[in-house]
Amino acid sequence: MKTSEDILREEENEEILRVEGLKQYFPIKGGFFGRTVNHVKAVDDITFTVNKGETVSIVGESGCGKSTTGRSILRLEEPTEGKVFFEGKDILAQSKKEMRDMRDDLQIIFQDPYASLNPRMTVKATLMEAMEITGAVPKREREQRVIDLLETVGLQRHQMHRYPHEFSGGQRQRIGIARALSVNPKLIICDEAVSALDVSIQAQVLNLLKKLQREMGLTYLFIAHDLGVVRHISDRIIVMYLGKIVEYGDTKSIFENPQHPYTKALLSAIPVADPRNKSDRIFLRGDIPSPIDPPTGCRFHTRCPFATDLCKTDTPVLENKDPESNAKHEVACHYALDIQSGKHEANYEMRDVRKNIDDESLEALEGQEEERY
Amino acid sequence: MSQNNGYQDMTSTQLLMKNIKEFFGRLNKNKAAMVGFYVLVILFFIAVFGYLDARFGWLGISSTKTNLTARLEGPSAEFLFGTDHMGRDILYRIFHGMHITLGVGFAATFLAALVGVPLGILAGYYGKWIDSIIMRIMDVLLAFPGILLALFIVSILGGSTINVTIAVAISAVPQFARIVRGSTLTTKNLEYIDAIRALGAKDFKIIFQHILPNIMSPIIVNTSIFLASAVLSIAGLSFLGLGVQPPIPEWGAMLNDGRNYMYQAGHITFFPGMMIVIVVLAFNLLGDGLRDALDPKLKN
Repeated sequence: MKTSEDILREEENEEILRVEGLKQYFPIKGGFFGRTVNHVKAVDDITFTVNKGETVSIVGESGCGKSTTGRSILRLEEPTEGKVFFEGKDILAQSKKEMRDMRDDLQIIFQDPYASLNPRMTVKATLMEAMEITGAVPKREREQRVIDLLETVGLQRHQMHRYPHEFSGGQRQRIGIARALSVNPKLIICDEAVSALDVSIQAQVLNLLKKLQREMGLTYLFIAHDLGVVRHISDRIIVMYLGKIVEYGDTKSIFENPQHPYTKALLSAIPVADPRNKSDRIFLRGDIPSPIDPPTGCRFHTRCPFATDLCKTDTPVLENKDPESNAKHEVACHYALDIQSGKHEANYEMRDVRKNIDDESLEALEGQEEERY
Repeated sequence: MSQNNGYQDMTSTQLLMKNIKEFFGRLNKNKAAMVGFYVLVILFFIAVFGYLDARFGWLGISSTKTNLTARLEGPSAEFLFGTDHMGRDILYRIFHGMHITLGVGFAATFLAALVGVPLGILAGYYGKWIDSIIMRIMDVLLAFPGILLALFIVSILGGSTINVTIAVAISAVPQFARIVRGSTLTTKNLEYIDAIRALGAKDFKIIFQHILPNIMSPIIVNTSIFLASAVLSIAGLSFLGLGVQPPIPEWGAMLNDGRNYMYQAGHITFFPGMMIVIVVLAFNLLGDGLRDALDPKLKN
């Protein structure tokens, strides 16, 4: 159901970032002359938009291309193909110099708080430098700004003369946030920004990020693998698998009504703090295939319990499968609706596979495997 | 981690002093390195004094004055280290020659670093064809043993103090380039470099403010260890008559002088040889200590 509030929000929201057909292929050099023998298709033709003031999360297993997407948007890697519009301007078409002018609008917070700060620079030097490079803050205001920023992220002003190694992980992450904020950005890409922190610290940093968003009207592109974190912070979620978007929709819709089998498996992996809850954990089989030579058709078909021959040949399109629902929810699966309605059933038992392994003999399992292929 | 709030009033100079103090604190734990360090400090002052004395004749001693009535004399009260085949006082010669060995060693190492470090950074930072070209050239240089390469260069340029410096420096460039390239590759992929790139910093700034300071440790360690082999190379080249030319009292050349009198007057080769051993050992000990003291993993 679309509430009046939702409609209001949608109307107010203007698009700040639009990614169109973004591809990021990394060449693999081989042979004696260093020829390009193949490509790692880290990100393969993805399209999405981010509205002003909202938080969009990209989730997926490691190696699915979520970090690469963030880095490509910032042109930390030059994308192979595609367009990235930021406030209507194509970032990828800008010259180096024009890009430099846009950089203060787009910032990034990194995963590893131990690697994201120069160990030889004090906090003050780090922040001052950020402002100096972009020229975002006039020279005489910079000193005061450093103090303000530290207070904003919850650090003491006297700590500005310290070096990164004198801080804890959470504090360093705050410094990283302060650095990103120092240039007054509009969009911040949080690349696994809380993954390396303790759970209690994670909550602190997430709350800080939310507070800053409210106060400064920031837009976040949040890259994470922890769905609990994502649920807490995001308005919309993009689920990626092997360089492609498999599902895209409002947080509520994704969590309550996941349509893609992969999303379902991901959601079932969120731990629940209840020992009696023996849950409907879905166990996927096998490993994520190589992005060098991804499976044909639907990329998930090698691990999908619902896969049919159609999935092996036809690539599903990312589209809204449920016309009755008003929520913005797109999924790339041939059988999204049929699975939902129970018309299409799984080829094998996927819930609690571990129990099955215990009960049945290994031979039975092997028989099952043969059947599948 | 120190939670001392006394930091708040510290200026950057004081912080630098604190860092230097910490560094020496760590170095101090390694007794052998400290011995090496003190020996080198003492030798350095002797070398400077020896250079000035050779120039201005303060002590009124000469390293080149021959005295044929006192040839090949063993150590005595008059000649502490004895005299050589021309009756020259070996102690004075070692004293006046010290600045040559140390000076050429330092100059060669400095030159090598001056060329090798930028090459390594360029190769590591820009990668691709720049990396290929630079590193293939370095590989070619590395394919020759250092002393052989130096020998080759000296025989082209001719033997002189400056040429031997250049020769030793060229043979050391690949070492520096390779170490620096490796460190640059590691550092360049760290997230703070990405962060600064996301802010739009120029390559020049990234290299000099963010990469160079963070790869100083391996450069310093390599420098101190290479100093030892530079001293050896120079002495070796001079011994072969290709380096510093007589009558300049270079230690390697002195070894060569004494070679024919090894059985009658071993002290002619013994004392310069001993000095070379002391210098090389001191540099090596210090280099090992520096490597440990500068290793960031051992910090805190």
